[in-house]
Amino acid sequence: MQHPRSRPSYLDGVRAAAPIGVAAFAFGLSFGVLARSADMGRVAPVVMSVTTFAGSAQFAVASILGAGGGLVTAIVAAVLLNLRYGPIGLSAASALEGPWWKRALTAQLVVDESWAIAQRHDGRTDRHLLVGAGLLLLVTWTTGTAVGAFAGELVADPESLGLDAAFPALFLALLWSQVRDRSRLLAALGGAAIALVLMPFTGPGVPIVAASLACLVGARNEARRPS
Amino acid sequence: MSAVWVSVTVVGLATVAIKAAGPLLLASHTPPPRAQAALEHLAPALLAALVVTQAVGGDNGGFTVDARLAGLAAGAVALLLRAPLLLVITVAAVTAALVRLVT
Repeated sequence: MQHPRSRPSYLDGVRAAAPIGVAAFAFGLSFGVLARSADMGRVAPVVMSVTTFAGSAQFAVASILGAGGGLVTAIVAAVLLNLRYGPIGLSAASALEGPWWKRALTAQLVVDESWAIAQRHDGRTDRHLLVGAGLLLLVTWTTGTAVGAFAGELVADPESLGLDAAFPALFLALLWSQVRDRSRLLAALGGAAIALVLMPFTGPGVPIVAASLACLVGARNEARRPS
Repeated sequence: MSAVWVSVTVVGLATVAIKAAGPLLLASHTPPPRAQAALEHLAPALLAALVVTQAVGGDNGGFTVDARLAGLAAGAVALLLRAPLLLVITVAAVTAALVRLVT
């Protein structure tokens, strides 16, 4: 998709993101249906898909509110999930140009997939690929959410379709692409262990927040690394 | 304002701020290596916890083992076979639906 000579265009970004755009639509649909079943109404999930535009955090909010978890737990879990956009934003910063408001606005198109698609061989992020891919994913994710939220009842009961099993599989698939080395594997195992230990004793959501402490594995490994 | 709209507003504003922070701050700031390393390990830790809570979490805390676990296992097999994301999720959903159909 990336030509060696010519610079990628916005359209190249759209093309590169098309396959994952199909998945984004399907999951937007699932999110719309899940949000409805979690009593989030129809408009709020669509507004959330446009403004938050981060799948796992939105699923976490819907799951925790739907499971009777607290408002603060839902917000903290979602914000913690989105904290990764701090370092990802740092990585993508070199691709963004113009005045501060333009950089801040373009940065909203950064999601895991658009950022990954826009990586160049020299380790920098391509702005055209990022914007093209980000816009396509924003449109497909939000459209899917709207269809799920407004016409979800046509899809019948999400659980009879096994849609509730799609969520742990989604998170596992996203985790799969994250676990690239030993220390990330340790962080994942630690997070899973903390969640399993706390689940019988705390309300829904708290185990997820506590599991974030497993990220300290990364700091420890970094400290050990000879420099 | 209902809990739903509070969460949509607060999470939305927080996410917009987090996404904008890096590009706005980068010129002057780089986190120390250990902090950066910890941040980069948040995603696997949180995603793993979400896998666990979504697969066997009960409605009011605790554990519930049902068709979701069979779906997750089938999805994991699909992942091992290098299936694309959409197929992994579809396999998990279809498996859970089939298990519910026959039990």
